[in-house]
Amino acid sequence: MAISNKKTDKDLNVIRALIKKHKKNDQIFAGIGFFIIISLAITLLVLFLDLVIDGYPKMNLDFFSNFPSRKPEGAGILSAWVGSALVLVVTFFVAVPMGVAAGIYLEEYAKKGWFADLIEINVANLAGVPSIIYGLLALGLFVYEFGLGTSVLTAGLTLSLLMLPIVIVSTREAIRAIPVHIREAAFAVGATKWQVTLHHVLQYAMGGVLTGIIIGMARAIGETAPVITIGALTFIAFLPPSPVNDVAPFINFSWLEAGFTVLPIQMFNWISRPEHAFHINAAATGAVIIVLTLFMNGLAIKLRYNIRKKIKW
Amino acid sequence: MVKKKSNISPALAKNIRRNFLERIIELVLMFSGLIAVLITFGIVYILVSESIPFFEAVTFKEFLTSTVWTPNFEIKNYGILPLVAGTLTITGVALLVAVPLGTITAVYLSEFASHRVKETVKPILELLVGVPTVVFGYFALLLVTPLLQKIYPDLSTFNMLGPGIVMGIMIVPYIASVAEDAMRAVPMAMREGSYAMGATRFQTAVSVVMPAATSGIVAAYILAISRGIGETMIVAIAAGQQPNFTFNPVDSAATITAYIVSVALGDLEHGGIGYQSIFAAGITLFVMTLSLNILGQWTRNKFTERY
Repeated sequence: MAISNKKTDKDLNVIRALIKKHKKNDQIFAGIGFFIIISLAITLLVLFLDLVIDGYPKMNLDFFSNFPSRKPEGAGILSAWVGSALVLVVTFFVAVPMGVAAGIYLEEYAKKGWFADLIEINVANLAGVPSIIYGLLALGLFVYEFGLGTSVLTAGLTLSLLMLPIVIVSTREAIRAIPVHIREAAFAVGATKWQVTLHHVLQYAMGGVLTGIIIGMARAIGETAPVITIGALTFIAFLPPSPVNDVAPFINFSWLEAGFTVLPIQMFNWISRPEHAFHINAAATGAVIIVLTLFMNGLAIKLRYNIRKKIKW
Repeated sequence: MVKKKSNISPALAKNIRRNFLERIIELVLMFSGLIAVLITFGIVYILVSESIPFFEAVTFKEFLTSTVWTPNFEIKNYGILPLVAGTLTITGVALLVAVPLGTITAVYLSEFASHRVKETVKPILELLVGVPTVVFGYFALLLVTPLLQKIYPDLSTFNMLGPGIVMGIMIVPYIASVAEDAMRAVPMAMREGSYAMGATRFQTAVSVVMPAATSGIVAAYILAISRGIGETMIVAIAAGQQPNFTFNPVDSAATITAYIVSVALGDLEHGGIGYQSIFAAGITLFVMTLSLNILGQWTRNKFTERY
């Protein structure tokens, strides 16, 4: 009896030691995981602060109202931010209607079958195609086959190709979350399919669609490779013609055909210079880009969070 | 026509008009959906048609086996291998960083983190995804490489190590989010069974959840490789644009994407062999990423029905 008790005690001690060890492993792993995540957050912060600190000397209004120049001190990003803005206008007006329409079609109209599958597989694959491939497509198709040249229009179309899958996917997800009874109620009072879609489904999906649009636009702002590939210039000291003027009909579209540069290309150009003074300009441009994209992404995340909290079917 | 119209009631006429409009709208929507298919066809068509003249001048054998890529030299050589080597080396470095960090992050978020930690961390990861790659390129060239040079003074300004590490940091959120989705999809009952046997969280995560989520985790790695291969700005800025047949990460080398950028920055002569060569490089890149994406999707879908 005594011997067996001793043995159990020993066994128990072994088991306790084992449990202790395993619990310790748990804590060690949780510590490592937490540490990695904190490091990632700190990395993001350091990157951001590095840009702001490096670019601080250039952070003034002149930087936004000056053209790029051979002299780094006087150089600014006027042509770049105007170019980015104009390109994004084109991207928005092409990608949003098409993406939302495609999303609606896939969720509300398409019947299950090979045709819907074909579109679905293509959308999934397009999201994984490297952005530079879209640049090559645009170079071959828009620039040369369609003869659009290296213009604001070409760049806008190119970026809209990149944004399209993002808008389609977010539209679909937003629509899918809407319960059937919303549609049934509308059908019951005699609405047609399109009326149901436009007046009910799309209204409820609007938040999710908007999230996708913002994320897509944020991506389009920072996208560099495809715009370089279509042959965008890296040094532009003029502005495209203004879209609004004082002669009737007050708006013109000649800016669509103008040469341009965009913010990330301007940044890339300044990084590639050997002189340190240009790197300061690059950092300042980077800070502008990152503030824009972080702000837009943050807005999208907040929006999504609000929707998830607010809507309870 | 007029006679026919008088025969139907106004309500019915309205109905006919409405149904006709509905039909048109459906067609318009369908056409928008078709755009996705058209873009894919467009990519394949442009890449193939623009690189056909290239492959008339350069044999497939030379393209795939020659180890010299000098399209801008007097003696022109068109072997894609140096570009592929650069691409794979940088992607390899990136994976060495991203796979452990991404996997641990995913396990931590899915099995360990409290609800509050999760709600805070996920937006941060999403923000990291949103950082434009040209900004990452800036850090690779002007922050990470100088830091590495302090440890290893012989490192040249352009190298594959710095951009590889930065690319790895960029890829972490991708791996973390896909792998975490896979782990969260593992049914709670399996974890409960494991806990009931006396296993700890870590044991459950490693021996029960991760094996059950293998397909999703592997898919995350494959999609990460695909992203690394297609990444352009980080490498174009920080790895140099000189093709170099080497797998040594401290050397400088061009990737497929960096080559396309370097040609596009110069004066493109439409129809010249330089112009055609970027489409040949592009088709190589497209085939590589497409097969990886398909493999990744397939791996992810294949095992999801098991539970």
